Amino acid sequence: MNLWLILAVNSIALGGLLFLLASGFSLIFGLMRIPNLMHGSFFMLGAYLGVSFLRLGAGFWPAAILAGLALAGTGAVIERLLLRRLTGKPQAQVLLTLGMALIVADLCLMLWGGDPIEVQTPAGLTGVVPVFSVVFPTYRLVVVVIAVAIAVALWLMLERTRLGAMIRAGVDDPQMARVIGIRVSRLFSIVFSLGAGLAGLGGFIGGPILSVYPGLDQDMLPLALIIVILGGTGSLAGALVGSFVIGFLYNFGQALFPDLAYVILFVPLLAVLVIRPQGLLGKLAP
Amino acid sequence: MTPALEVRDLHKVFGGLTVTNGVSLSVAAGERRLLIGPNGAGKTTLFNLITGDLRPTGGRILLFGTDITALAGRRRAHLGLARTYQIITLFPNETLRHNVMLALLGILPRRWNPLRRFDRDPALLAAAETVLDQVGLAHLALRQVRETAYGEQRRVEIALALAQRPRVLLLDEPFAGLSAQERRDVAALIGAIPPAMTVVMIEHDMDAALDLADRITLLDFGLVVVEGTRAEVVADARTRAVYLGG
Repeated sequence: MNLWLILAVNSIALGGLLFLLASGFSLIFGLMRIPNLMHGSFFMLGAYLGVSFLRLGAGFWPAAILAGLALAGTGAVIERLLLRRLTGKPQAQVLLTLGMALIVADLCLMLWGGDPIEVQTPAGLTGVVPVFSVVFPTYRLVVVVIAVAIAVALWLMLERTRLGAMIRAGVDDPQMARVIGIRVSRLFSIVFSLGAGLAGLGGFIGGPILSVYPGLDQDMLPLALIIVILGGTGSLAGALVGSFVIGFLYNFGQALFPDLAYVILFVPLLAVLVIRPQGLLGKLAP
Repeated sequence: MTPALEVRDLHKVFGGLTVTNGVSLSVAAGERRLLIGPNGAGKTTLFNLITGDLRPTGGRILLFGTDITALAGRRRAHLGLARTYQIITLFPNETLRHNVMLALLGILPRRWNPLRRFDRDPALLAAAETVLDQVGLAHLALRQVRETAYGEQRRVEIALALAQRPRVLLLDEPFAGLSAQERRDVAALIGAIPPAMTVVMIEHDMDAALDLADRITLLDFGLVVVEGTRAEVVADARTRAVYLGG
């Protein structure tokens, strides 16, 4: 397989992983109006916890689900016990998430050490499958399928259910949502927990592709930020499109212009901010 | 009889600025009360205190005899309090139909069930249709709020408030920014509000508002200056002093 195809396949898989990271980040940003600077930490912590579940004897997929659930619980606790005390003080909330990111990074270093940990691709998914005329590594294809399935489930939840309607209302105007009787603080807990859980799941199932290492959090957070600004805050479709765009830019940039990898990521971001500040699929505040 | 809405010695201080300085008023069930006063008299602040958008520095607020002073704003909505805003406040990225359905959902007991459908709930759809029809906007049900005209948005706002079938409805300058025809439309809407619903309205447009009011309260510098029937308030020397000076 030639270099271009390999890069494209890797980009699609990375896009899927990035969607798991960025979808929650985007919903949190849209609803709570804060960039959650510990979102990369959720991704890394999910990966490390999953590794521990594996070491305790769990299978790959049970470990992935447990990592997601553990992070959803962690997110709910952080929102309920820390962030909620700072309601209405976005600067303090952002600083809190930054501080928590540093704490989680140190804790992970202490608990799992400084060496990168390889996560074995689950048995049965190590081969390749032909997709049209391209040979696609089976595991990477599974990651993409999971990401797309979660995208569809999130879309259905947001567009069709009562809970989703209330989240959309909160993203649109939290003050008005309160006036009509919606408990917006509960929406914050649900969305923060959901976002943390998806990031944790993404972190672990990304393990066989990215491996797990100190600094994984700081590698992922800027990508989540770029995706959400590119796609538009609070927009699920924007997060999906942004994830694949950044997946391609990241891989092709690293391969073709390794010295300029970040330039290639940030130049489109700057262009979007100047030309279409609400993001590709975001909506302007009225 | 227990008043629908009662405010007792309400105070609100922002830093060193006293905006509400001991307001007391009592609105009977089913009454239409008009709040008037110059800019900065503290009318909107009073509404914000009643709905829980702001916390008072002192005093009490009672809804049908229940002390709601410490209750969260959303809980007050569940007890039958609804409002509109001076600056139109809606969900701009949702359709008119979804806006009304959200207002209905906000007070439903089973709104947190994550598996319940929203967009095709027959009861919500039917109720939204009725309310939009009531405000003459049924034909725009599927249009996004951001794509509708200002006067239509005013009516949507009133539709949202009416959809919740509140016991007390607060209207903050419902005629602001409307054309003469739109004012007549909104006046007709307010006139058609069921008599059992208590309405408190802030309005500068006296021509449109006076006909709708049973009693009038004049506020100035965060205090109730005059209260009475239309004739009493208009005849009172203090009213002229507030509006004309001296």
